[in-house]
Amino acid sequence: MTHLPGLLDTEAIRKDFPILDRMVHDGKRVVYLDNAATSQKPRQVLDALSGYYERHNANVHRGVHVLAEEATALYEGARDKVAHFVNAPSRDEVIFTKNASESLNLVANMLGWADEPYRVDSDTEVVITEMEHHSNIVPWQLLAQRTGAKLKWFGLTDDGRLDLSNVEEVITEKTKVVSFTLVSNIMGTVNPVEEIVRRAQEVGALVVVDASQAAPHMVLDVQALQADFVAFTGHKMCGPTGIGVLWGRQELLEDLPPFLGGGEMIETVSMHSSTYAPAPHKFEAGTPPVAQAVGLGAAVDYLSAIGMDRIAAHEHALTSYAVERLREVPDLRIIGPTTAEDRGAAISFVLGDIHPHDVGQVLDEQGIAVRVGHHCARPVCLRYGIPATTRASFYLYSTPAEVDALVDGLEYVRNFFG
Amino acid sequence: MKLDSMYQDVILDHYKNPHGRGLRDGDAEVHHVNPTCGDEITLRVRYEGDRIADVSYEGQGCSISQASASVLNELLVGKELAEARRIQETFLELMQSKGQLTPDDAMEDVLEDAVAFAGVSKYPARVKCALLSWMAWKDATAQALDDSAAKERTP
Repeated sequence: MTHLPGLLDTEAIRKDFPILDRMVHDGKRVVYLDNAATSQKPRQVLDALSGYYERHNANVHRGVHVLAEEATALYEGARDKVAHFVNAPSRDEVIFTKNASESLNLVANMLGWADEPYRVDSDTEVVITEMEHHSNIVPWQLLAQRTGAKLKWFGLTDDGRLDLSNVEEVITEKTKVVSFTLVSNIMGTVNPVEEIVRRAQEVGALVVVDASQAAPHMVLDVQALQADFVAFTGHKMCGPTGIGVLWGRQELLEDLPPFLGGGEMIETVSMHSSTYAPAPHKFEAGTPPVAQAVGLGAAVDYLSAIGMDRIAAHEHALTSYAVERLREVPDLRIIGPTTAEDRGAAISFVLGDIHPHDVGQVLDEQGIAVRVGHHCARPVCLRYGIPATTRASFYLYSTPAEVDALVDGLEYVRNFFG
Repeated sequence: MKLDSMYQDVILDHYKNPHGRGLRDGDAEVHHVNPTCGDEITLRVRYEGDRIADVSYEGQGCSISQASASVLNELLVGKELAEARRIQETFLELMQSKGQLTPDDAMEDVLEDAVAFAGVSKYPARVKCALLSWMAWKDATAQALDDSAAKERTP
């Protein structure tokens, strides 16, 4: 057994995750290294979901009966938990969505329909980066196409970092919004928020942070980030699918127009016009994902009880070990930072000229689950001249033994195609 | 082992030594992608009447997608269109069989090396890889025939 300083007691933690005992392919215990795609769920979250449906299920915010009151209290209680988790100044700044993609689309559409001073139009610019997940590219491409705004982006350095050498040319007086990922889903790069935020604030641009790969893995403090909007999703942080979060600064949420219309988001409705509920409800049209929000609340409780700083330390130790071991594998090239410094627990690589699909297939046969493909970040693959990568990504329950299994598995892959 | 049923030697041979790779003159060109994994192929067909004179291609992707394009070239070039369509439909049937279909002698006669892909049909995520070039060929053929039909209609 490899002992590294900073590791969590994974033996105890893994008991909370029934799926990690799953046997695949004739009796091999699954080695789950696809956490950047989605995390596994602890018993505490599964219990919260079934407990909600078994005892409290009702629609929220409308009934006067006991079940409706309980469901509402649980749903709004989850909002309190999430607000606390990200250090939001107010619970009313936490909007529940279905995932991070919806959160980012929501911001893009708020700005697309906004009046001055927020309006994005043909005289303005939108800035993203080349390392974004497609969910933080396409909504801004759509906004740019529909408004005539110019879409610009920061490129990448050869070692998988943002190239900010031209920050003053990319973010200009015309820039209305800068949207970037805190942690790259494909390369694991942790981006220098302060430098980007400082420049954005100089020119009065709004800052949107995609924290999908950050919220599960590190302390996320929306006030410290100094962003205007922060988006993330529940299923990557031990929560269920179907629940995401958009945090936004209160004054912006008051000023900006709603995007989706419907029940729940109104104050009064007549046949001619409507007035809207205050945020966050203004942005939550229709019956929300109640059980999923409750599940996310339980996930937040679970993670907080362990401590996000301790989870970050665990993953940092494991990532250092993994980077070191992967560099021993012949013909393996890491795409992204090749040390654990300023990087998260997702490591992409290519193995000689063996296509990642083939790498993933042969690993799967050994019970090792990794992700292969372009990871919804195709511009990164284009930038580094590769069709795809194999990505291993760790979480609080990952162990050095699983890193060893990956390295052994890759040796087997090399022999198989050798 | 189960993996060997997918990565048959025939497939790995075609992957390492592809037949007819490279783009040459054609009547129509298509570009198909497999968005889930990033396999790509550019494929051209050239017809002499109803006979397939050439299928040329360039692409990148996994061993399954690239070997399948090589097998397609080997199988279809020189065939009459009707025969080629029969081969394509038989291959499609095999790939959609979810591993339930064991190719019989008649099928082997039609598919030759392509029967080696029978094992791939057990892997739902990889069926699209195997079919990529065949769908591209079907599309390119439709375009080439449309063009020639249009030319005939033009007075």
